[in-house]
Amino acid sequence: MVPLSYYLILGGILFACGVTGFLIQRNIITIFMSIELMLNGVNLSFVAFAAQWHALSGQVFVFFVMVVAAAESAVGLAIIIAVYRNRETLNVDRINLLKL
Amino acid sequence: MTPNLHLWLIPLLPLVGAVVNGMFGKRFSRQTVSGVALTFSGAAFAKVLVIAAQFSSLNLPHVETVAAWIRAGSFQADFAFYLDSLSLVMLLVVTGVGFLIHIYSIGYMWEEDGFYRFFAYLNLFMFFMLTLVLASNYLVMFIGWEGVGLASYLLIGFWFTKDEAASAGKKAFIVNRIGDFGFLIALFLMIQHFGSLDFTQVFQIAYSRNVESGIGLLTLIGLLLMVGAAGKSAQLPLYVWLPDAMQGPTPVSALIHAATMVTAGVYMVSRSHLIFERAPLAMMVVAIVGTLTALFAATIGICQTDIKKVLAYSTISQLGYMFMACGVGAFSMGIFHLMTHAFFKGLLFLAAGAVIHSVGGEQDMRKMGGLRTKIPWTFWTMTAATFTIAGFPPFAAFFSKDAILYQAFVSPYGSWVYWAIGVLTAFLTSFYMFRLWFLTFFGEYRGEEHSSHDEHGAASHGHGIHESPKVMLIPLVILAVLSICGGWIGSERFDKFLAPALHSDSAVMESSAAAHAEPPVSETLLSGVSILAAIGGLALAWLLYLRRPQLPQEIAHALGGFYEAVVNKYYVDELYAVLFVKPLLDGSTKILWQGIDRDVIDATLDNSAEGSRKVSDTVRHMQSGNIRSYAGWVAAGAAAVIVYMVWMGTR
Amino acid sequence: MLHLIVFSVFGIICVAGAVNLLVQRHPINSALSLVVVMGSLAVEFLLLGAEFVAAVQVIVYAGAVMVLFVFVIMLLNAGIEEHTKGSRVAILFGIPGMLIGSLLIAWVLLERSGTGSVAVGALPGPPKTIGWLLFHDYLLPFEVTSILVLIAIMGAVVLASPQESKQARREG
Repeated sequence: MVPLSYYLILGGILFACGVTGFLIQRNIITIFMSIELMLNGVNLSFVAFAAQWHALSGQVFVFFVMVVAAAESAVGLAIIIAVYRNRETLNVDRINLLKL
Repeated sequence: MTPNLHLWLIPLLPLVGAVVNGMFGKRFSRQTVSGVALTFSGAAFAKVLVIAAQFSSLNLPHVETVAAWIRAGSFQADFAFYLDSLSLVMLLVVTGVGFLIHIYSIGYMWEEDGFYRFFAYLNLFMFFMLTLVLASNYLVMFIGWEGVGLASYLLIGFWFTKDEAASAGKKAFIVNRIGDFGFLIALFLMIQHFGSLDFTQVFQIAYSRNVESGIGLLTLIGLLLMVGAAGKSAQLPLYVWLPDAMQGPTPVSALIHAATMVTAGVYMVSRSHLIFERAPLAMMVVAIVGTLTALFAATIGICQTDIKKVLAYSTISQLGYMFMACGVGAFSMGIFHLMTHAFFKGLLFLAAGAVIHSVGGEQDMRKMGGLRTKIPWTFWTMTAATFTIAGFPPFAAFFSKDAILYQAFVSPYGSWVYWAIGVLTAFLTSFYMFRLWFLTFFGEYRGEEHSSHDEHGAASHGHGIHESPKVMLIPLVILAVLSICGGWIGSERFDKFLAPALHSDSAVMESSAAAHAEPPVSETLLSGVSILAAIGGLALAWLLYLRRPQLPQEIAHALGGFYEAVVNKYYVDELYAVLFVKPLLDGSTKILWQGIDRDVIDATLDNSAEGSRKVSDTVRHMQSGNIRSYAGWVAAGAAAVIVYMVWMGTR
Repeated sequence: MLHLIVFSVFGIICVAGAVNLLVQRHPINSALSLVVVMGSLAVEFLLLGAEFVAAVQVIVYAGAVMVLFVFVIMLLNAGIEEHTKGSRVAILFGIPGMLIGSLLIAWVLLERSGTGSVAVGALPGPPKTIGWLLFHDYLLPFEVTSILVLIAIMGAVVLASPQESKQARREG
């Protein structure tokens, strides 16, 4: 019998790592992967609550989250390819044409 | 059955003339413009004559309401006209003298560019003045009051390209305004306490109240009305605009600043006689102001060198006489003098205009002289006017001025002090008028043959000194005849004529009747003293300006500083400038403009724009183009939302 | 007891993978760590009885999305990036914010110990029940999501299409 809070804390740790990576990574692709990590942490919370409250809607929502994550990563990676073609670099700090 | 006299036509006809000339006059020929102006003012005069003819058959006072105007709760003021003997006298004076001056102006202003404008303004003035005189309540009178001030401003500043003329117009309007302020407060008091501004109602209420000793409501109203009259009729301390108003063309000076507008104050005080009779303190103030003004202005007049300025100060002085009459309770005598003054002062101004016209624009009397042989018609008419104003019998002003001085002596409101100052002023009046007469018409001609600068500003006659055209001379002759005969109606008959309008069974008439039964001092004796004063003035002027022309210089030297003060009009204008004008201008510049408008209002707008610019300048750093800072903001925002949700959840 | 051990083991693997993702400099290493994280998460899902979700996690997430990531990394020949100046805002606001948020959540969770426990396979999640929910109660979100996927496909194709062909078409 694992207390619910353990699952939630695990999900929270994953989310925190995702945010950290989002903030400190230099490579765009790694930033994207951190976003995926965040989404995974959230998924875990959904399923945990679904299990506790005996509500299958939680798992259905996880399903939706995954679909959206897939779509988003597809489009995002396409954008990254386009940006790479333009700027020849994957360093997020170099993509600063809007800089003052 | 009161017939409908269509009184509203009398003011309306000149208004139509003003509108026609004002809107289309620029395209008309000079003849058409003159024709239009003369037709409409003449029509008004004709209508007044018609009414005068059937006057005895009318039921007085005759009130005609034309339209409703203000109906606010219990307060009501309508466009209504009021006809009684007082209005009739004023109407005859205004339309008659006005018509004559219209005729004169055709000749005088013929060479001017703004010919049509002049006549439009002149007709406009007639409209407002007639509204003032015919008004049935104080509010309609106030329309006329303000309107004549406007017309005066427009006409004084007729040559508006000249700085002095524009400033003089402004000065007249502003000083008038100060008087109007007092008038307005009096009206407010009337509305508040009497609930109406209609003449019949106000006077009924005033009549039913007791005579006030000390300062009561009626005294306050009377004093405030006097403030308004002092502004309009150029009495102390609000007289300063009238000498400057001589910047306007001479017909304007004749009509507005001699015969009609400045007399509006006297008319108003006479109309409100019931209020004044119940407020002895106010009457005393009126008399004192009038008397002092008369003396003050006369002393300034004796040293002026500009012919029109002498006449201006003379006007102020004669108006002082009229107010003196009102102040001692002899309202009808004030109106009598108003009528004769319109004749002789109008004539004096018109003749002075003819003189100026003849010498090609010169107004300084020191540069004139010996003109009596060259412009005989002007000379003889002006002589008639000069003898009249000095108070020689049997000319008109002798009767009116003498009646005033007599009433000042015997009236229960009067005292011998008023009489003494009045006689002294009469002496001074005679002196300066004959000084003018001698300097202008006698002796050697001291001016240049061809004068270069011009009152007209455009035309200068290079062909010597010549008589004025007939169109200018005929009004002079008519007015001269009136100046001579105008007083023969006699003060008692005049008084009886005005009795229904100006008398109540007040203490004045009782004591006056008693005085007539047994006069303490014979009227003949007092008249004799005034005649002596007139002769004395003539003699002194003859001595100083004809016999020994070097004497005035020596006297001036001997008097030194005092003489300087008088020549500079006792520095009153300078005093006002320091006391009122400069603080006002400074306050307006430093406080209102720089302090409030610039530093508060503009600064607020500028600072708010500046502030918004600074804020956006700071905030724009968020849009740095640096993706990682965007990421940072997103994370921070998300954290804030999460914290908030948890917070709400735990509550 | 066994439940707890399995949970802990795979939980630690999960966290290790996540930290490794942050620490690694070469993106391919980060991608592979993420695959590890997803795998262990799938096991966690199984522990909670969500079999369908676990399967989808492995097939879709680890099997498709991560493959896509690895493809792109190899396509763009991504390498170790040079060190560039980061953003002050990110460090100043982001990390403390995230820390505060997570600490707060952790505190709340541990405070409320009455959240109960979850048994293994507490809630059976057979595909049949999920399918029923999906096509009955959540039909609208399902349809909308499918349109979203369609749009994403079109967008990805347009964005990633090679521009040389456009140039060639223009010149040709």
